[in-house]
Amino acid sequence: MSGIVIIGAGQAGASLAAKLRALGYQEPITMIGEEPVPPYQRPPLSKGYLLGEMALERLYLRPPSFYEGQKIALRLGWPVTAIDRTSKTVKVGGESIPYNQLALTTGSCPRNLPAAIGGSLNGVYTVRALADVDAMAAEFQKGRRLLIVGGGYIGLEAAAVGAKLGLQVTLIEMAPRILQRVAAPETSDFFRELHADHGVEILENTGLDRLIGDGDVRAAVLSDGREVAVDFVIAGVGITPQTLLAEEADLEIDNGIRTDEFGRTSDHSIWAAGDCASFPHQDSRIRLESVGNAIDQAEVVAENMLGAGKVYSAKPWFWSDQHDVKLQIAGLNTGYDRIVARRSEGRAASFWYYRGDRLLALDAMNDPRAYMIGKRLIEAGTSPDPARISDTTTDLRMLLKS
Amino acid sequence: MVKITYIEYGGTAHVVDVPAGRTVMEGARDNGLPGIEADCGGACACSTCHVYVHPDWVEKLPPIEDMEEDMLDFAHEPDPTRSRLTCQVKVSDELGGLIVEMPEKQI
Repeated sequence: MSGIVIIGAGQAGASLAAKLRALGYQEPITMIGEEPVPPYQRPPLSKGYLLGEMALERLYLRPPSFYEGQKIALRLGWPVTAIDRTSKTVKVGGESIPYNQLALTTGSCPRNLPAAIGGSLNGVYTVRALADVDAMAAEFQKGRRLLIVGGGYIGLEAAAVGAKLGLQVTLIEMAPRILQRVAAPETSDFFRELHADHGVEILENTGLDRLIGDGDVRAAVLSDGREVAVDFVIAGVGITPQTLLAEEADLEIDNGIRTDEFGRTSDHSIWAAGDCASFPHQDSRIRLESVGNAIDQAEVVAENMLGAGKVYSAKPWFWSDQHDVKLQIAGLNTGYDRIVARRSEGRAASFWYYRGDRLLALDAMNDPRAYMIGKRLIEAGTSPDPARISDTTTDLRMLLKS
Repeated sequence: MVKITYIEYGGTAHVVDVPAGRTVMEGARDNGLPGIEADCGGACACSTCHVYVHPDWVEKLPPIEDMEEDMLDFAHEPDPTRSRLTCQVKVSDELGGLIVEMPEKQI
């Protein structure tokens, strides 16, 4: 009678639960989420929802009635406080819920700016949960001064929203260039120019020394000693996998909850998927922070919980919307030694990451055709001659045929 | 509410009411219909909400933009005249009676 319990009601948890039912699993499914809302899409939080262009119910991955219809019990608004592997139960709000198998889809949590440098002042936000964005929405008024700390995708997307709503946006990045951790200099240059054209001030090689305020944040001292007045601050300084419960339950942790190629953790009855899970990939171990991975990995784990024995093979893809540009990314660029650029007319370009002769990944800006073709090539393990990529007279579709 | 008929690959038809202002993709998602995945949630970033529009309706839909057209080229067996990404088709009262057919699979 105990069935499957899923801890974490985000994209991975919702996909896992739906897949179990689609596969015909008929035992009880309980999905526990600490946020008081049914599973929703996070990507729009830093895009359309923050802009005010998307109503709350459009964020829901499924209408609330779906879970009822599928007999998926949702326990929302309560965190799980412990996993007891011996009795095979999880503790929620004083109650113990038994499981036959347990899935951890706990996601990740944003890094906060340290309280010692003003990180806990009012008006300092992170972007992860619906509640975060609802809390900051009223701050987005025309003319106000927004400081964004961190030039990754979250920071840049928030900057684009701020600019569109008429705020004065300054973004600081400690590293020599924005997107340094995730993308090539060519991609950084592209987005620096895009944001500059939309009035966002980007300061690279510039860290945050401290935030100043008396209750409410009112200024920031930058690493070059400069003090800038601010009305509010968004920190986009990365996320960490949510592993606390797993750690306390003595599961193996290795940059996230360690799973094998099937998504199983070091406990035979416990599985993990999504942002929180690390897994073998080619010759290494990786963890992916993306919707695509959350869905695909969760669905494979669902199959494996029912005995499929299927190896999870990640096909990484990502996207970001900033101003009038859609960035689409396929593959993982880790270890690249060469960028092949393909520039089309207008603000469309793609940057293809190679290691030696091997195509690893690409960033496509307003170029869905390049993205889709690059994705196919990467997934097939095919590496076209770079000269054909950079030659804009090449019809990229021909690359799929050769 | 606008009546839309979604026909699964294999022929099972679902007639559902979709509020004006939503997308054809959201109509399928919110009614729990199989066959439209919409992994990216409607950002026109993947191509997993592909359908074939019934010939009578092709001309009545809002025009297709370049981004959608390029993505559609790589959907599963696209039809140059009838394929659309449902996340890009906004539902309006004029679309009452719209019929869309799902492809064999979404990729």
